[in-house]
Amino acid sequence: MSAQKDRWVSSLVFLLFCASSIPKCGGASLQQEPSPQHYFSGLEAGKTSLAFFSPSVSRGAQPFLEQIESSAEALQDYGVSVVKVNCPKEDVSRYCGEENALRKAFLFRGNRLIREFPTDALFDVNSIVANVLFALLFNEVKYVETLADLENIENVLKGKSNMVFAYVPATGTAEHRAVMEAAFVYGTMHQFVLTTEAALLKATSHDDPDVSSAWLLFCHCQQATEAAQPCRRTALAQPLTLLSIHRHLKLMGAPLVTEVAEDPEKISTVHLQLGLPLVFILSQKETYEADRRTAEFLAWQLLGKAGVALLSRDLVDLNVLHRSNVALKTPDEGMPIQYLVLEDTDEVITLVENKNKVKQIQEDEQEEEEEEDEKENNNQDIQDDQVVEAVSRDKKRELPLEQILVLTEENFHSSLSEAARTVVLFYASWEAVSLAVLRSYSEVPAHLKGTPGVLLARVNCWDWPGLCSQENVTQFPTIKIYREGQQAVTYGGMWGAEELSSFILLSQVSCPLKLATMDEAEGYLRGEFPSELSPHQHTSLLGVFSSATSEAREAFEEAGNILSGHVRMGMYFEDDALALSQKYSVSPPALLLARSGGRSVEGISLSKHSVQDMVQRIRYELLDIFPEITVPNLPQYLQLGKPFLILFSAGDITQVESKEMLKLAKGTPQQAFVACWLNLKKTPVGYGILRTYFSTTPSLPVLLWVNLHAGGQVFKFPSEQSITEMNILSWLEKLQAGLEIPSSTLSEEDWKPPLPAYDFLQMMEPPVPELSPHPGDTPAQHPPKSPGGDTARGDTATREEPSQESTAEEVGGPGRGLRGTAPRLAARDKQGKRHSEL
Amino acid sequence: LGLALYASSLCAASAATFLYHDYCVIGAGPAGLQAAYFLQQAGRDYVVFERSHAPGSFFALYPRHRKLISINKQYTGKSNSEFNLRHDWNSLLSHDRRLLFRHYSRDFFPDADTMVRYLEDFAALLKLRVQYNTAIIHVTLEKNEQAWNGHYFLLTDQDRKSYKCSSLLVAAGTWVPNVVNFPGSEYVEGYETVSINPEDFAGQTVLILGRGNSAFETAENILGVTNFIHMVSRSRVRLSWATHYVGDLRAINNGLLDTYQLKSLDGLLEGDLEDLAIVKDKKGKLHITLRFYLENRNISAGIDSITLPQDELDNFATRAPYDRVIRCLGWKFDFSIYNRSLRMMPGKGNIKKYPQIKPSYESRGTRGLFVLGTASHSVDFRKSAGGFIHGFRYTTRAVHRLLENRHHGVPWPSTVYPITQLTNSIIKRVNEASGLYQMFSVLADIILLKENATAFEYLEEYPIGILAELEMQTGRKARNGLFVIIMEYGRNFSGADKDVFYYNRAVGEAQHAWQSNFLHPVIYYYKHLPTEREMRLRPPDWPLPRPNAIHHIVEDFLTDWTAPNAHILPLRRFLENCLSTDLRNFFAESCFLFAFTHQKLPPSCQQGYIRMQGLLGSQELRRHAVQAGLLQDYTHTDFLGDRPPDSHDGSQEQLMRDHGIPVRSLQHLVNAKDE
Repeated sequence: MSAQKDRWVSSLVFLLFCASSIPKCGGASLQQEPSPQHYFSGLEAGKTSLAFFSPSVSRGAQPFLEQIESSAEALQDYGVSVVKVNCPKEDVSRYCGEENALRKAFLFRGNRLIREFPTDALFDVNSIVANVLFALLFNEVKYVETLADLENIENVLKGKSNMVFAYVPATGTAEHRAVMEAAFVYGTMHQFVLTTEAALLKATSHDDPDVSSAWLLFCHCQQATEAAQPCRRTALAQPLTLLSIHRHLKLMGAPLVTEVAEDPEKISTVHLQLGLPLVFILSQKETYEADRRTAEFLAWQLLGKAGVALLSRDLVDLNVLHRSNVALKTPDEGMPIQYLVLEDTDEVITLVENKNKVKQIQEDEQEEEEEEDEKENNNQDIQDDQVVEAVSRDKKRELPLEQILVLTEENFHSSLSEAARTVVLFYASWEAVSLAVLRSYSEVPAHLKGTPGVLLARVNCWDWPGLCSQENVTQFPTIKIYREGQQAVTYGGMWGAEELSSFILLSQVSCPLKLATMDEAEGYLRGEFPSELSPHQHTSLLGVFSSATSEAREAFEEAGNILSGHVRMGMYFEDDALALSQKYSVSPPALLLARSGGRSVEGISLSKHSVQDMVQRIRYELLDIFPEITVPNLPQYLQLGKPFLILFSAGDITQVESKEMLKLAKGTPQQAFVACWLNLKKTPVGYGILRTYFSTTPSLPVLLWVNLHAGGQVFKFPSEQSITEMNILSWLEKLQAGLEIPSSTLSEEDWKPPLPAYDFLQMMEPPVPELSPHPGDTPAQHPPKSPGGDTARGDTATREEPSQESTAEEVGGPGRGLRGTAPRLAARDKQGKRHSEL
Repeated sequence: LGLALYASSLCAASAATFLYHDYCVIGAGPAGLQAAYFLQQAGRDYVVFERSHAPGSFFALYPRHRKLISINKQYTGKSNSEFNLRHDWNSLLSHDRRLLFRHYSRDFFPDADTMVRYLEDFAALLKLRVQYNTAIIHVTLEKNEQAWNGHYFLLTDQDRKSYKCSSLLVAAGTWVPNVVNFPGSEYVEGYETVSINPEDFAGQTVLILGRGNSAFETAENILGVTNFIHMVSRSRVRLSWATHYVGDLRAINNGLLDTYQLKSLDGLLEGDLEDLAIVKDKKGKLHITLRFYLENRNISAGIDSITLPQDELDNFATRAPYDRVIRCLGWKFDFSIYNRSLRMMPGKGNIKKYPQIKPSYESRGTRGLFVLGTASHSVDFRKSAGGFIHGFRYTTRAVHRLLENRHHGVPWPSTVYPITQLTNSIIKRVNEASGLYQMFSVLADIILLKENATAFEYLEEYPIGILAELEMQTGRKARNGLFVIIMEYGRNFSGADKDVFYYNRAVGEAQHAWQSNFLHPVIYYYKHLPTEREMRLRPPDWPLPRPNAIHHIVEDFLTDWTAPNAHILPLRRFLENCLSTDLRNFFAESCFLFAFTHQKLPPSCQQGYIRMQGLLGSQELRRHAVQAGLLQDYTHTDFLGDRPPDSHDGSQEQLMRDHGIPVRSLQHLVNAKDE
């Protein structure tokens, strides 16, 4: 959540507090008057007061009294004082004498009686405030009962001023109060019209309205010139509250289209301040008139949802694509402006509405959070670690672990000698990642079915810490494969059942496998030898060495040890090695590579003979030229540290696309980028990526250039162009030349703590400053600061409290209902201004 | 090493007069043998001197009634050997699993003879170099610039044989009985020699001086046959279950409290023994009076002329004459063998029975002289377990590690982990570590952060009293902040006069963890290593100076701190906020998304997925994560806002709802920044 947004929310919340002044103890309360004489003599000419008379001995008006007492403060904000007049026993005057009068409250302006209310109409604070204001604003708020009345008023207003029409299901409700309070502020600016007639509601709204909920229309009558046409109307989409009405009226009051002639980054309009996006129509001198009309049309469509600005490109030097015609600025601080090429105003509208929906969800979430905030601390105690939560939700399921032997300190060594190879998972039964891996591990026996000589086992390090440290296991989970007479191999691949099974399978033949005859070598390259691996598809790698190249051979063998389980490696160094390699037009030492798919054999000469080089070379050679990127294989390609040219496809890519891309990948010198594709059906998380880049899913397939390692810009290949080598190359050229504008940029955000921690230090004894030797640098100086803490919520809340309180008090001035304002909500700089505007 | 070689060659030259060893250990009791074990393991040149013919000579005699009050728990329901040491108070530390006390005795409170046998086995099985029948009767210093500490220790035994050492480890225990001198103290029998046959007390009235475990043990033995027993001591009785100090009166010995409170004639009194006097009457009965009365009278006169308190105060409590008075006042350290130049000074106040030492267990007077075992209890007297086998076995190891670093350049053992293992490494230790548990508030695990907090170094069981000297004492660097992990009882919970059974004494909620009363892990975070001055000026009752942040893991009834939400989650949040990073685990799929949408990755993706150790997760787990709203399911690809809202039929609405939740939660997940 951006700071600006935050400010906005809190300032509105603050407003709400100011205006409706939820009463708190202290501050203004009920005035007590000893007698009617005293009261009437004290009435000033312009002052309004709500009085009720009660015999000195109270008789059961208690609930009413409580309500009226608590509304005293709210009413004071509107200059109405609430007075309780004590009737002496013997008094038989107009107000005290009649039994009836005691069940009523009386509204006076000066000493003139304006209205008397039966106490049953004043059932709570809302109804008291609503009814009193309704009485006071008799001229400002017209009450209508028929459509004809409404139309009359509308016609009168045309060309003069705007109208606010509200339907409330009943008077005295919270919505009624909200309308009245808004009318108190805006009544002189707009004509307010109120009704409780459901028929009127039906007549003014389009579809079938819900008569039990309130409804508010802003009618743009001021601009209406044609007498026959009704005024344009903009409905308030949110539930009726003072806050939403205020916001709505502000938006209606803003200019329809703002013309701007400066950097859009610097522009701020009322829309942005109110948390709505701002749409820029990028205009040029030649098309100004048309653009202006488009902008106005769009503005009417988006009224209340977003602002529209007309930006003249001739006046502002924009570093954006010439094609771009629309820009979208969101209220979130730090979000870059999006420049778009759109064809239809509908696209703009969809875009804005999507944005708002996401926003709404976030707001709801935030509100929830805030609510919880008040109840409890916040969400700190809710698990937000996906792995931990998933594991704990799964803990009651019994895992199929029958085929996995439990090893202990006692039987560990004896068990290892029972099978040719023992796979041991070292884990801790309390640790979530371990348990997640244990779940995948439990699926391994099914994958390995029919593989002889493999024993699957596990050791719980929480039970046997000595055994685990003896086996050099310092972190969980760890998987080791023990082979008789050999050093244990630690598994270093993905924690998945398939990956692990494949590792176990591959590591059952020695790596590299020494091939004795030419036939074996050929069979190996065809994937037919050794037979235990033949059912599994793997790229085969064969090292061919002449007897003279022992250095290279040793390095290759060592590399085989390192890559054991990950790569299928064979080795041939018989006398006819030369013949074998020459068949593939290389000379030893060389690698022969038979990829799993095509089985065409590539020959690669080996020049460097260090183990490290060899491992790196083999790893590199095993990478595909135009791979399909999946969750498990991405890290291999990320390690290359190159930008990605990635084609997102809804399913398999077409032959043509594949051919063109392959041509491109092969043709590029030094492979300056990783050309790859992503199958959204197989890797649906790709949708998440597209959504992050474009907010909506663009039409598929879509080709993107992603600078993963430098700058993080994302460029989209123009969808109107077809994916051919030529088109892509020329696009890439433009891109290199800086002629293209990125459609998105990867977030640079640091991974901060998701939520604050409990601040126990603060809860414990208060700090003793004398004890701290470095006054500048001790926690004692910043008691509420939570560890590491620029992010802690408690931080801002506590530290800023005093200053906020004082600001609020200063700005508000006396008698404006600041008492009882939760200081936390009386946020930062803007709210003072807002408040005085109100 | 060169120095050591030089030193030993030097000694070889003077071998005629001195037998040289790098390390000399005085005493082959539990602490001496424990020290010998570690020296032996490290391959050091050492010797242990034992005045008796066998190890553990103290246990050969004491406790007189032969029942050890250190527990020997056979079963804990767990096989974790480290955890089980928390409930095994008699074993010494070794790699040999045969040397666990439970293999020696099945008794919960074993017999002292078993301890003697155990110690004999310990020395023999591990082939420790102990020189028996060698009583060191004098220790002095020889200045020498070349020596490790600027001097050698010269030891002389009862046969005037001399030994020379570079470092001296005193594990002699406290064995000199405390005696009080007052008129008539000659009639008092000592605990060392008093009969342990209850028959000898039949029909007698007994007064016991002292209120410790030996006094109550003595009383317990004769409770059934005496007329009555009175116990007198200066201070009130302290019950170990109220003070959480194992040296206070243990419930196993407190039978007399029962009979006292049930008015069964036995009783407990408070008074200063120094003011006491005992007079013997003609019948041999012993009368209690006050020194004050004796001073004012003519010595030559007979017993009849002595004023007894009851003459003036006829209901004086101890007016009944006693048949026997037994002194059970404990022991003190034998200061007599140390030359004045060693400045072995007794402590002040209630620790005067122990020599003065620093929190590093090094003598305050002499560099290179370390005090181990019971005699080192001044560091944590009446606080922790440093005076008992189950405590000093760990402090002895700590001293050994300090020595290894100081003299042999072997830094304190440590393990380096990636930062993703931070929460785990703490949880593992607080759940199983026995040294932290037994030596609560004395030994601490230290986590030293590496630069940029991408990795950390874990040091176990370092004495917190010398935290400020950590870099010098361990050879490890603490440049980037550190965590200190200790166990603590609630600050105001324990105490002699506290009600430790009050209602609602246990805290269950993680957010109130700082109010936990029972032993629980506490983690201190410092951005910089505290200085000596900060250590000195720490708030009263605080074992450490005020940290930059602190975390308490809420006490647990089972001492099992592995609950994901109550224990691990708040700890993770604390660590995250100290390091200002996100320590959550992510499935590979999330990391994949982050890799394409963020320029930086959270540590768990960075150190796992990117290094091809991603957590792919099983189907069920991913489904659970989706249901929890912590992982988004993109398989149904149509999403929010792509369709006009009215075109949804019911099932799609459902789908949207299912979908809607993940969106917002994922936002929550991705927008790691706090608003």
